[in-house]
Amino acid sequence: MSEVAIVTGGSRGIGRAIAVALGAKGMSVGINYRSGADEAKETLRLVEGAGGEGICVAADVSSKEDVDRMFSEVESAFGPVSVLVNNAGIRRDGLALSMKDDAWDEVIAINLFGTFACCRRALKGMVRARYGRIVNVSSVAGVSGSPGQANYSAAKAGVIGLTKTLAREVASRNITVNAIAPGVVETELTTSLPEKRYEELIGTVPAGRAGTPDEVASLAAHLCDASSSYTTGAVFVIDGALTA
Amino acid sequence: MSDKNTEIYEVIKEHLVGRGIDAGQITMEADLAKNVGLDSLDVTELTLALEEHFSVEIPDEELEGLVTVKDAVDLVAAKAAVGA
Repeated sequence: MSEVAIVTGGSRGIGRAIAVALGAKGMSVGINYRSGADEAKETLRLVEGAGGEGICVAADVSSKEDVDRMFSEVESAFGPVSVLVNNAGIRRDGLALSMKDDAWDEVIAINLFGTFACCRRALKGMVRARYGRIVNVSSVAGVSGSPGQANYSAAKAGVIGLTKTLAREVASRNITVNAIAPGVVETELTTSLPEKRYEELIGTVPAGRAGTPDEVASLAAHLCDASSSYTTGAVFVIDGALTA
Repeated sequence: MSDKNTEIYEVIKEHLVGRGIDAGQITMEADLAKNVGLDSLDVTELTLALEEHFSVEIPDEELEGLVTVKDAVDLVAAKAAVGA
C-alpha cells in the first residue's frame, strides 16, 4: 500500500511542486486548496503524470472543522495519513505602525493556527501508527524578520517554535517534524511584486537569482522520506545564501 | 464494581491491549506508568479514546492525579455521571 500524504495550499507554487514530488515517490496525495479549484485539479494532473494518485480537497486550514473533514476525506479515499506538509499560507503586508488587527489575525489564523490544527489532527493517526513525517513551511522572514511583514514573520517564527516542540513531543514514536525556511522563490507571492522591487530583492541574494518551487520541493520530499528518520526538530533554510 | 465502572475498565483494557499491552498487566490496582509502562503520550492517547467513547471532557490538569487504572476509571465515571 502506498503512503498517504496531505499537502496544504497545494494548488500552486511551492505546495504544487511538493505535491508533485511526493506523487513521484508513489504517494497518494491529498491536495488541499481554499479557493483555486481549477489550479488544484491541474496539480492533481501533474501528480498523476508523475506516477502518483491523489484527490483535491477544499478546506480552510484555519477552521478545525474543515481540517477534520479534509483528513477524513483523504483517509477514506486512501487510508491513514503518514505524511503532512503544511504549506498553506497568506500574506497581508504593511508596516506594523499602521497594521490593522484583522490583517494580523488572518495571517496568524491561517499560517500559524492552521499549521497547528493540521499537525494536531495528523498526529492522532501518526502516534497510533508509530510513524509519521511532518514538514512545516516557514520562511526566512520567520528566521531573520522582514520589514512590512510583522504578522507574516511572527507566524512563520511561531511555526518554527511549534515544529521544535512537536518534534520533542513525538520523537519517541518515530515521527519527525521539521521546518523549511525558503527565501525568495519564484511564486505568485514574489512575482506579483513590482518589477523594480523584485529586481532589488534578487540583487540581495548571493546566488543572484530566485529559487524555484522544484528546488524547495526536493528538500521537502527528502524530509518526507522514510529514510529521513533521525532528522527532526530542525529548520532548513533554503535561500541561495541570503541569510548566510 | 458498578456496571458503569466495569464498562469503563473494559474500554481501557481493550484500548491498551490494542496497543500491544498484555491484558494480564491491566488490573485495577496497576500503576499506569510503573506497571503498565505508559508514558505521557500513551496516557494522552488513552484519555482521548475515553473522551470519545464516553462523550466526556477530561481537562489536562486532571490527568496529573492519574496514577492507577482505578484512578482513570473513577475519573471517567465521575465525568460521565455529571453528563448523564
